[in-house]
Amino acid sequence: MAVSDPTIKTKPAVDETGRKSSRVLQTRDLRKEFGGLTATDDVDFALEEGELRCLIGPNGAGKSTFLNLLTGQLEPTAGSIYYDGHDITAMPSHERVERGISMKFQVPSIYEGLTVAQNLRVPLQQVVDDDFAVRTREILERFDLLAERETTASDLSHGQQQRLEIGMAMALEPKLLLLDEPVAGLSVEETAEIADLLCEIAADDGVALIVIEHDIDFVESIADRVTVLDQGTIFREGSIEEIKADPEVKRIYLGEDH
Amino acid sequence: MAGLGLLDFGFEFVEIFAFVVLATVGLAVIFGMMGIINLAHGEFILVGAYATTFSFAAGLPLPLAMLAGVVITAVFGVVLERLIIRHLYGRLLDSMVVTWGISLVMIQLVRIVFGNSAPGIGIPFGQLPIVDGPVYYLVLAVIAVGLLGGLYALFMWTDFGVRARATMQDEETARSMGIDTDRMYASTFAIGSALAGLTGALYAPVMPITPEYGTGFLVEAFVAVVVGGASVIVGTVLASGFLGTVNAAVTNVAGTFMGQVAMLIAAIVAIRLLPEGITGLLADLREKRGESE
Repeated sequence: MAVSDPTIKTKPAVDETGRKSSRVLQTRDLRKEFGGLTATDDVDFALEEGELRCLIGPNGAGKSTFLNLLTGQLEPTAGSIYYDGHDITAMPSHERVERGISMKFQVPSIYEGLTVAQNLRVPLQQVVDDDFAVRTREILERFDLLAERETTASDLSHGQQQRLEIGMAMALEPKLLLLDEPVAGLSVEETAEIADLLCEIAADDGVALIVIEHDIDFVESIADRVTVLDQGTIFREGSIEEIKADPEVKRIYLGEDH
Repeated sequence: MAGLGLLDFGFEFVEIFAFVVLATVGLAVIFGMMGIINLAHGEFILVGAYATTFSFAAGLPLPLAMLAGVVITAVFGVVLERLIIRHLYGRLLDSMVVTWGISLVMIQLVRIVFGNSAPGIGIPFGQLPIVDGPVYYLVLAVIAVGLLGGLYALFMWTDFGVRARATMQDEETARSMGIDTDRMYASTFAIGSALAGLTGALYAPVMPITPEYGTGFLVEAFVAVVVGGASVIVGTVLASGFLGTVNAAVTNVAGTFMGQVAMLIAAIVAIRLLPEGITGLLADLREKRGESE
């Protein structure tokens, strides 16, 4: 893997007209191979500040691998990742979190033996020196978990666990939030709550989001733009209307013959 | 006379309790927090003892010589962690084989370099007036209790403790929360090594210092970790209390050898009845009480 100095600005955070660019994330020729399998195949991907992008594609398309490359959980075989104008390709994952990249995994990643408040303490102590109580209360109120403050996380409903995990990710005050199937297994009401929350996070906090999701109705309810991955490459990119109308997407992803 | 018998038992208990706690605590921290079974634990204790005794022989006052023992063992632990142990996280069997190898190499190395014995130190503080035993054993017990309290505070109440427990419970989530898990492992291993070094330093005045010095602590350490279960501090306290009581009671009646035998039999029975250790039983009871409420 090419080692790059994360302190060197390899891509100026300005656009062609000289204005400050609002681009949060850019990947160039990003590639990940597992043995003979290419899970991410030279992906060029860009995301703007406050944008809510959904990532869809059939199973094995490389969606989760792509997210794990962005967080640093996986090392790319080749290519580069630029975040906020800096090359972060070789940066360890905890430093990416410090710089504002937060991740919510497919499997709920919360500390089941700890209470809701104790769970929030873990990310909060990474970003604030004191005022834990104030920040904890703010997050609990925002994610509708105030009544469950002292509840052990394993006793929460699935929907509450998902909200707690998003709350933990937001406690880190990210600029880029990555979510892997945040509504899998949730009821219609819980799904609608999460959709409202994510839209609010993008609109009010200016956080850019990448959301992997299979539920096309959910995608329609939240996404600014949609990227379709297939066999590790970007197959299509566009508005949800364009994507839904594309016969090739229907064929590979929605399973409809035309 | 019955009063004196009780005093003897009490002193015996304090002596054994302190020994089991101090023998166990470094191993328990490394195993409980990192899932590494350090079969070279005894040789970490050995490093602490040799560093202490040679520092003392070189003219340092005993407390400073002991501090040197702790620091040198911690540095030794960090170097070993960076060079070897860090490649073995999540590989339980591999870590056992490698640390066993390290143990064998170290024993032979110490024998080659320092010979079959090292200079003694002599037990400080003199004898107790009523019970037949040195004051120093009471000092060791106070240090053992203080150490347990300090470790409990460190892991339960400090930011470092929150990060360490978060890393122990789920490394991937901890990393996604911005915790430098590599550094947490290195720090935890350094703490475990320093604790082993402290044990070696503290027992340098009371045990003959030979290349096999560390093996004298191994039985108690491993038995207590298994009997204690997953919870590092509470497990160590309860296992040391239980094993110390059995050992002291039988030693008082039938001598040291039978006390040791009784302790091992008690440990075998405890492991048979409580495969998850004493703290596993406590967790089960808590869960059942939670369900019935």
